[in-house]
Amino acid sequence: MALVDVRGLVKEFSRRPTPWSRPERIRAVDGVSFAIDAGESFGLVGESGCGKTTTGRCLLRLIEPTAGSFAFGGEEVFGMTSGQLRSLRRDMQMVFQDPASSLNPRMRIGTIIEEGLTIHAIGTASGRRERVRELMGLVGLDDTLCKRYPHELSGGQRQRVGLARALALQPSFLIADEPVSALDVSIQAQIINLLMDLQQRLALTLLLVAHDLRLVRHVCTRVAVMYRGRILEMGRTDAIFQAPAHPYTRALLSAVPDPVPDAQRPRIPFDAAMVDLQAPLREIAPDHVAAI
Amino acid sequence: MTGPGPLLDVRGLTTEFVAGRRAASRTVRAVDGISFQIQRGETLGLVGESGSGKSVAALSLIRLVPAPGRVVSGTVEFEGRDLLTLNDAAMRQVRGARIGFVFQEPMTALNPVFTVGSQIADALMVHGIASGAAARARAVELLDMVRIPDAGRRAGDYPHQFSGGMRQRALIAAAIACQPSLLVADEPTTALDVTIQADVLDLLREMRRRMGLALLIITHDLGVVAQLADRVAVMYAGRIVETGPTRDVLSAPCHPYTRGLLASLPGSTPGGRLAAIPGTVPDLASLPAGCAFAPRCADRVEVCDERPPDPVSAGPGRSVRCARVAETS
Repeated sequence: MALVDVRGLVKEFSRRPTPWSRPERIRAVDGVSFAIDAGESFGLVGESGCGKTTTGRCLLRLIEPTAGSFAFGGEEVFGMTSGQLRSLRRDMQMVFQDPASSLNPRMRIGTIIEEGLTIHAIGTASGRRERVRELMGLVGLDDTLCKRYPHELSGGQRQRVGLARALALQPSFLIADEPVSALDVSIQAQIINLLMDLQQRLALTLLLVAHDLRLVRHVCTRVAVMYRGRILEMGRTDAIFQAPAHPYTRALLSAVPDPVPDAQRPRIPFDAAMVDLQAPLREIAPDHVAAI
Repeated sequence: MTGPGPLLDVRGLTTEFVAGRRAASRTVRAVDGISFQIQRGETLGLVGESGSGKSVAALSLIRLVPAPGRVVSGTVEFEGRDLLTLNDAAMRQVRGARIGFVFQEPMTALNPVFTVGSQIADALMVHGIASGAAARARAVELLDMVRIPDAGRRAGDYPHQFSGGMRQRALIAAAIACQPSLLVADEPTTALDVTIQADVLDLLREMRRRMGLALLIITHDLGVVAQLADRVAVMYAGRIVETGPTRDVLSAPCHPYTRGLLASLPGSTPGGRLAAIPGTVPDLASLPAGCAFAPRCADRVEVCDERPPDPVSAGPGRSVRCARVAETS
């Protein structure tokens, strides 16, 4: 059975285009369904504004979904009270895009990593400190850094702190939202390797939200392509990258600039007419669906 | 002005920033004696990570380095004149007119309180190319040329009414308005989605062909370089560590840093371990005495720590700053 089972997720925001106009509803996520097996790494890709980040945040209920259901290990998350949610969050953690703004600048590194343990009153003070050292070792940080503040660390080190904090409560499900896009190219590979190592060693179920198709291809075994709040194609990563079925997926893949000279593939220009937002997902091969 | 020499010939360009006050001040050399040439119609990709000095190098060319930074030595010969010795008035006639600019963040490069069309017309008026109705008409033509749909009407829009991709196109239109011979584009596609990025790269290619433009593309993305540049220069800690024809450099990199960058890109072996470069980009204020890359380099030997390596030839049109290039590549 799938550890994560999302059905018909909808998130609407309201906005006023001008202060005197009536508020209008914007559907950022429009009926998204997917399932992730325990231990699997699942990628959610798409361009900015497609609703991938909103989807991730709804699952953790960092923002409240408008409709839909999310079964986590068989338990329905969207109906939970805040008390139930608190204990559930031990099992579901998130790593954010920008490690500079997602770490409290006034807290020391050690305190940031320990905070989750403190909130859930796990272990004694000395036991927690021991666990912080252990976590820092796990993500490849020198434990002398625990007295430092976030601004004293490099971008790569900060993202390691973000990972250590997320792993402190031994979650089974980790959502990583653009975990490397704010980092330099030479540092990205270090963090990707670390993320994949940890995923295997700790048997994590991973939801990777990213715009970088090369990254998702590298890390994930299954992938869903989102566009304007909907999933247009979903299936095994190798199948989707080798034989994309939806015209949008084809356009997206052909747009990625290849660093190999002479590997020029014909580019398929994107045209909004390629996407029929009313088309339902249908199975085109085993474990491969597309909205065509 | 159409001599046989290169369009742009940069030699020993060095830019320093002074941080802190008097007694505690320290000098950071953001660009450290870089030299490169761009021929007419040629595209050079300047690649590096943040802090490598690539953007400061571009700003140094047109003397727009923000204080407390300043160009301390070198020459920038462009169309036969050294830009570093021109007076301010002459420099203003080069900027925008002979050298066009496109910056990374199109929202901050456009003025939010003027219409897009009027900002392009301004460029034409400032340089005395057209004025009044003629400038406005030319602005619409330029917007049409960069494929803004319904350009006549959209010229009256304000920047916030444009999408990110359209803003970047509008900036390109403004940059080429005066028909420059060189276009400098600093991370022109970094803030854009991949499908929009591909459109903008196509547009740059088309403008290059139609106007015989030379391009200096500054980017961290080796993919963009592979798609657009004839030659590439890789920067690390203020120096150009490797340069040569794009195809040769990307298919057989000589410098361990270039090799590391290429190997660390995801793509070749899904699920496998990436060959990450260990460590981090060095602090420019405390660079090692020897090769700046040595602390992260797997091929490091004693000589690497003694002094920075000089550029060595590594095949036709190629040069590398690595003491061990003969053995390792």
